[in-house]
Amino acid sequence: MIYDVAVIGAGVSGSAVAWQLSRYELDTLLIEREADVGFGVSKANSGIIHGGFHHPVSTLKAKLEIRGNLMFEKLQHELGFPFRRCGILVAAFSEEEMAAVRKLYAQGIANGVRTLEMCGRDRMLRLEPKLRSDVVGGFHAPGGGTIEPYRYVFSLVESARRNGVRLRCSWKAVRGEYRNGRWILFSEDGDQVEARYLVNAAGLHADEVSRFCGAETYTIHPRKGEEYLLDRCSAARPEHVIFPVPSKHSKGVLVIPTAEGTTMIGPTADPVDDKDDTATTTERFRKILDLARGMIDGIRPGDVIASFAGLRPVLDSEDFYIAPSKRVPAFIHVAGIQSPGLTASPAIGEYVKDLLKNEGLRLTEKRTIQYDLSPHREVRSLPPEELEKLHAENPAWTRIVCRCETISEAEIIEAVRRGHTTVDGVKFFTRAGMGRCQGGFCTAEILKIISRESGIPMEQLTKRGGESRILVGKLGDLEVKA
Amino acid sequence: MKTEEYAVAVLGAGAAGLAAAAETSSAGLSTLVIDREKRPGGILLQCIHNGFGLRCFNEELTGPEYAERAARKAEESGAVFALGCSATSLRIREDGTFELLLLSGADGVRKIHARAIFLATGCRERTRASLAIPGTRPAGVFTAGAAQKLLNREGMLPGRSAVIVGSGDIGLIMARRLRWSGIEVKAVIELLPHPSGLPRNVAQCLDDFAIPLYLEHAVVRICGKDRVEGVDAAPLENGVPNPEKRFHIECDTVLFSVGLIPENELASSAGVVLNPATGGAMVDANYETTVPGIFSAGNVLHVHDLVDFVSEEAARAARNIPARLAGTEPGTRIRARAGANLKYVVPSWYFPGRKTLFSFRPLIVAENGWLRAEINGTTVWRKRMPFVRPAEMITAEVEAEQLSGEGEVVFHLQEGETE
Repeated sequence: MIYDVAVIGAGVSGSAVAWQLSRYELDTLLIEREADVGFGVSKANSGIIHGGFHHPVSTLKAKLEIRGNLMFEKLQHELGFPFRRCGILVAAFSEEEMAAVRKLYAQGIANGVRTLEMCGRDRMLRLEPKLRSDVVGGFHAPGGGTIEPYRYVFSLVESARRNGVRLRCSWKAVRGEYRNGRWILFSEDGDQVEARYLVNAAGLHADEVSRFCGAETYTIHPRKGEEYLLDRCSAARPEHVIFPVPSKHSKGVLVIPTAEGTTMIGPTADPVDDKDDTATTTERFRKILDLARGMIDGIRPGDVIASFAGLRPVLDSEDFYIAPSKRVPAFIHVAGIQSPGLTASPAIGEYVKDLLKNEGLRLTEKRTIQYDLSPHREVRSLPPEELEKLHAENPAWTRIVCRCETISEAEIIEAVRRGHTTVDGVKFFTRAGMGRCQGGFCTAEILKIISRESGIPMEQLTKRGGESRILVGKLGDLEVKA
Repeated sequence: MKTEEYAVAVLGAGAAGLAAAAETSSAGLSTLVIDREKRPGGILLQCIHNGFGLRCFNEELTGPEYAERAARKAEESGAVFALGCSATSLRIREDGTFELLLLSGADGVRKIHARAIFLATGCRERTRASLAIPGTRPAGVFTAGAAQKLLNREGMLPGRSAVIVGSGDIGLIMARRLRWSGIEVKAVIELLPHPSGLPRNVAQCLDDFAIPLYLEHAVVRICGKDRVEGVDAAPLENGVPNPEKRFHIECDTVLFSVGLIPENELASSAGVVLNPATGGAMVDANYETTVPGIFSAGNVLHVHDLVDFVSEEAARAARNIPARLAGTEPGTRIRARAGANLKYVVPSWYFPGRKTLFSFRPLIVAENGWLRAEINGTTVWRKRMPFVRPAEMITAEVEAEQLSGEGEVVFHLQEGETE
């Protein structure tokens, strides 16, 4: 089969592109090298829907950020991922910082974001009583918010697949050739696919894909961001996303009330050499803690329940590079999608669709689109009466497996049925194991359910695909030395 | 959804919950014991080693055997079990009684009304994150208890070669268990200058197997992309790891045995005030929390070393419930505080003129120490402590006449032979 479009990379950008294309009479293939979608750059995202004031509108990223920001209500209505437009506060703690805040505010206004509000100290503290009382002032961007990035990617892909897009995970592209009017893409395992157009949304590896396809030469620089997640009981959870005054390379360390009720502090921004270097460090933890405590009261190190690090794919230009290749035909770059990539992603999807059209792809809108996704029902947010109804349907709805996040067996089964067969995949889909015990109590039970529902033996289950097996065998498999 | 009425609802059917239920039920109070697991016993069910029960059952038992005995006692007393049930909310009703919502696969949603709540929810383990151990996040990182459950209840092997971080009792027990399963144990690494677990566990679980114990060392990095490939450890110098002396240990598994955190989230949601030193509720000498009608004992109150002590404390606590439900007011309560060399004292309040058993966690290793109680600067009681170490809880009974009620009682632990 020859696909019309093959999208390399099922992160937020690639998934948003595939989702856009699923609205047209096209055969689209979405390819992911990891075991599940969103497992690359996207999973370690801060989950911020940005407010359109951080970058001048002359940049592509600002244009797409502003457009993308406005698309989330409709998307949420259609796709049902957790999203809250909780607003952003940029806080200044000195007169110098206040000067920078005024500049940022002016940039936002120049960008056409009309809802920004300059705030004095009292107004800031009224909006956000958890801010440290030495705040000098700042501004309020009510259009900003938070989203759960993996659920967003999962729902984009699910909707795309319902509308005909094919997905291949654990498929690592290593070579591409353009012959006889189409691309042939080869995988590491010797598989190959053919498509008339290629979209390179390979995140950290976009430079490698571009190179092996003979397209433009550029380098993706990984920029590490460490994040620390606080218990949902933490007294520090603010109402708004709290931003400091940004520096040249980063928007700074934030305090984020996540869309799912926890609090996150981070990220840092440090250039690294290795595209696999997602290690956290003691120095950065201390730095994040200090910076976050400089803005919000009540952050206790004891409330940290998880730490992680993600890598932003950064180009020298610091802007997005979304354009057709000038060197090879039918090839669209979607590279350098660092912050605000998540916010921009719906607009990136549209933009790429238009670029493909300009490049000659014929777009015919589908007559019928499947809008209904399977409902994402969450026991923890349902009233008792609803739970009784669900129980009558299937008792697994009231059998709680993950105590910290109140996740039922039925939710885990649903995740497996929708194709999430790794422990991280189930975790990102349901939140099981994401709470304060970090799976200490429920890992054994979750492994049993995944194994039973997927038919994969327990000892072959992985954390996130590849060699990341959780268990090595059964009791008795190893020789006991005297 | 029908509402079920009980005098007492016990949260948790581990050692504490079972002992408490046996008491209240024997006293004629209708008692419901709630647990997430399908079998009573809590964490005891995965503790298949022996060493339990010498105090309570005059016999050395394994964890599941202890659980069975304790459960039988509760059952015979007439307590009702709600197993496979998760309590998702605890609410105080207008009349001061309580409403619990239980979810279970068997019965869906159950609404329970009770006049008293007994918190016996035990602990969860501290994780890698609570220590902020740097490095990557590969598969093969477990808490000691999670690995214990996988091995002992599911018969699955968590790895081939392991490093254990922390020398708490669960970690020590697991070192031996791993060895008995054919898993190599490369090292046990402890921040403190002394082991966190009981001496007998150090002897029987490490020394007998020649497993190296690195005291005053820290794991400074976990390595590996997909699965753990090793850890970097370094000795502590002046309290911080010296990076120049760091060394690498190859392994495919890391177990964390770095302490327990009482599971008090449901209690906190109902307004129970916690003691920062224990992570458990602040209780008076009746083991009643700051919310009248909510009692707490066992590991959810403060972490114990021996399960027999958990059972004893819970039974002692539950004996106060009948009188309280009959309307007896406890009277004035006066604060008890931990002073020198003590991490905490339980209970947080005493009743003047009533003989009281206090529990303490020492912060020091000492021989020939003295435990001393002071009221308004005057020593009112003291006791010789021949051998004190942080791994062992201290309990001491103070007589009624010594707790006069003239002021707060402050306990101090002092080293040396002098009085």
